[in-house]
Amino acid sequence: MSEGLGSPVLNITVFAGFIAITLFVVYRVSHRNTTTSDYYAAGSAFTGSQNGVAITGDYLSAASFLGIAGAIAVHGYDGFLYSIGFLVAWLVALLLVAELVRNTGRFTMGDVLAYRMRQRPVRAAAATSTLVISFFYMLAQMAGAGGLIALLLNVHDKAGQAVVICVVGLIMIFYVLVGGMKGTTWVQIIKATMLVLCVVLMTVFLLGKFGFSITALLDDAAANNANGRQILEPGAQYSTAISKLDFISLSLALILGAAGLPHVLMRFYTVPNANQARRSVVWAVGMMAVFYLATLVIGYGASALVGSDKILASTGKENSAAPLLAFEIGGTFLLGIVSAVAFATILAVVAGLTITASASFAHDVYANIFRRGRADPASEVRVARLTAVVVGILAIVGGILANGQNVAFLVSLAFAFAASANLSTLLYSLFWRRFNTRGTLWGMYGGLGSCLLLVMVSPVVSGAPTSIFPGADFQLFPLSNPGLVSIPISFLAGFLGTVLSRERTDRVKQAEMEVRSLTGLGA
Amino acid sequence: MTQVVQPPIASRSTTPGNDFGGITRQPAHGSGGPPNRHGAPDFVAIQESAEFAALRRRFRLFVFPVSALFFLWYLTYVLLAAFARDFMSHQLFGSINVGLALGVLQFVTTVAITFGYVRYARRRLDPSAAAIRAEAGR
Repeated sequence: MSEGLGSPVLNITVFAGFIAITLFVVYRVSHRNTTTSDYYAAGSAFTGSQNGVAITGDYLSAASFLGIAGAIAVHGYDGFLYSIGFLVAWLVALLLVAELVRNTGRFTMGDVLAYRMRQRPVRAAAATSTLVISFFYMLAQMAGAGGLIALLLNVHDKAGQAVVICVVGLIMIFYVLVGGMKGTTWVQIIKATMLVLCVVLMTVFLLGKFGFSITALLDDAAANNANGRQILEPGAQYSTAISKLDFISLSLALILGAAGLPHVLMRFYTVPNANQARRSVVWAVGMMAVFYLATLVIGYGASALVGSDKILASTGKENSAAPLLAFEIGGTFLLGIVSAVAFATILAVVAGLTITASASFAHDVYANIFRRGRADPASEVRVARLTAVVVGILAIVGGILANGQNVAFLVSLAFAFAASANLSTLLYSLFWRRFNTRGTLWGMYGGLGSCLLLVMVSPVVSGAPTSIFPGADFQLFPLSNPGLVSIPISFLAGFLGTVLSRERTDRVKQAEMEVRSLTGLGA
Repeated sequence: MTQVVQPPIASRSTTPGNDFGGITRQPAHGSGGPPNRHGAPDFVAIQESAEFAALRRRFRLFVFPVSALFFLWYLTYVLLAAFARDFMSHQLFGSINVGLALGVLQFVTTVAITFGYVRYARRRLDPSAAAIRAEAGR
């Protein structure tokens, strides 16, 4: 089966409807966006529940919707393991990060990390990490768009797909330029609501079809899967010793990475205080728990009703499990809805990443490094807008170039980066009084550097049939996810950098940061 | 009764406008209200006060052990999935096996910890944080 599914015209129509609604909302909610607070943090005027839904929208990428449903449909239980890591990770954000970050920063991760350190080097490191993570994450989203276009719009030639990627990118840039954080947040809210509603309805329908018997669903799923009953237990995908280690490395990166993702951290500034930041996480956890449980049912449902052979034979392979299931149970109409939701997902996530990258560049690099904190807000917003356009164009070009490449690993890599460079330094900065500038720099660059280096010499890049360069072999490190090594390196580097430097902690700034982080004084 | 003292003018080391690396503060933002007429609160004095120490202790008493606990529980689950396939595939009822049950249990504990923390924070943390804020704002 190489043809597209259902009716491309209907798919496009539903998606165009989504775009029309969101463009209208973005246009309506965005008054001028001239202050930095408006542009970066939507004036901190969102409520906890709104922000919680928006976080869900930012976090549930196309990888988690199509990817996890597909992984469960084909590999069974091993796909479910991802969902659990993605969800449990939010406890780190809830307990250790969200409220404290809200209380000590204003717009970017750099605000928190540089709070009591030397401004310029730390902000440069924070901006580097933010830009690298955002770019990798974005590339994965945009490259996935190509496959989705082939599957859902029946556009198979690369030039046609490039045009669609361009259009998606331009719409995204428009959201960010016109709407700023406020508009982008509403896009996330609309998308998250659609996505969660869609998967819940599909789940209820599926459960009904199997007489609300999980056993019946699981039995049928196993009967129609090439792996048989193996899909009900772990190990269908991770069977060798190395792949098990790889799986542990990935799990570690997932659970420790979410709370260090810059675009997630930035969302906490869109609410007025720590209390609302806490509420945001509660809402996000609630919605995502429902979502990930639903993907379990959808994944097994796709195996039961569509069958793993048919899924793997289709254009999008694993990624097409959810759309194929939608077609199976709801015909062209439901498929249209699911496709629109998938596109909306890519669009919204990329918009969130773009505004984060542009904020980090304008606020950390331009205003605080180039202008040494003396930039006027209007010029800072102008720089942020300009950066958003540049980042958007980079995303389009990157998406076109990476179209068809196996870049799914980039998302888990972004999590490994976030866990290695950002989480370690954030935690030290918030909880370890002695932590200092050198510790911050060593922790961030040590984590980022070791991650990059390990990936370079991993099977992802060379030495395996699925590598980016399958012909070459300079593989030295056996795991495709570096987290298992790079996360401890980052914590160790942060520790060593601190104790090996004679730099004294700024006592007043440290007191200010600690008091503010826990009480919200002056935040 | 509190030990928070207003700072003498000379001890204010933070220059206004240099907060957050010098980003100009904008009005009508944040819940802290305008700085009182004595200027910024003395954060060192607050940090050394008994009230703040108690708040910090109560905060850490909850988040550190609970973080360690859910991290270990998640790690145990991951290791079981990787190395104890037989155990995980043991059927409990119908076609539902230990692996699925433990996975769903991870969801349950995540939601439970979330609500446990919210409840704890509302009862044990928020009131004292508000008291410290009010004291400093006077």
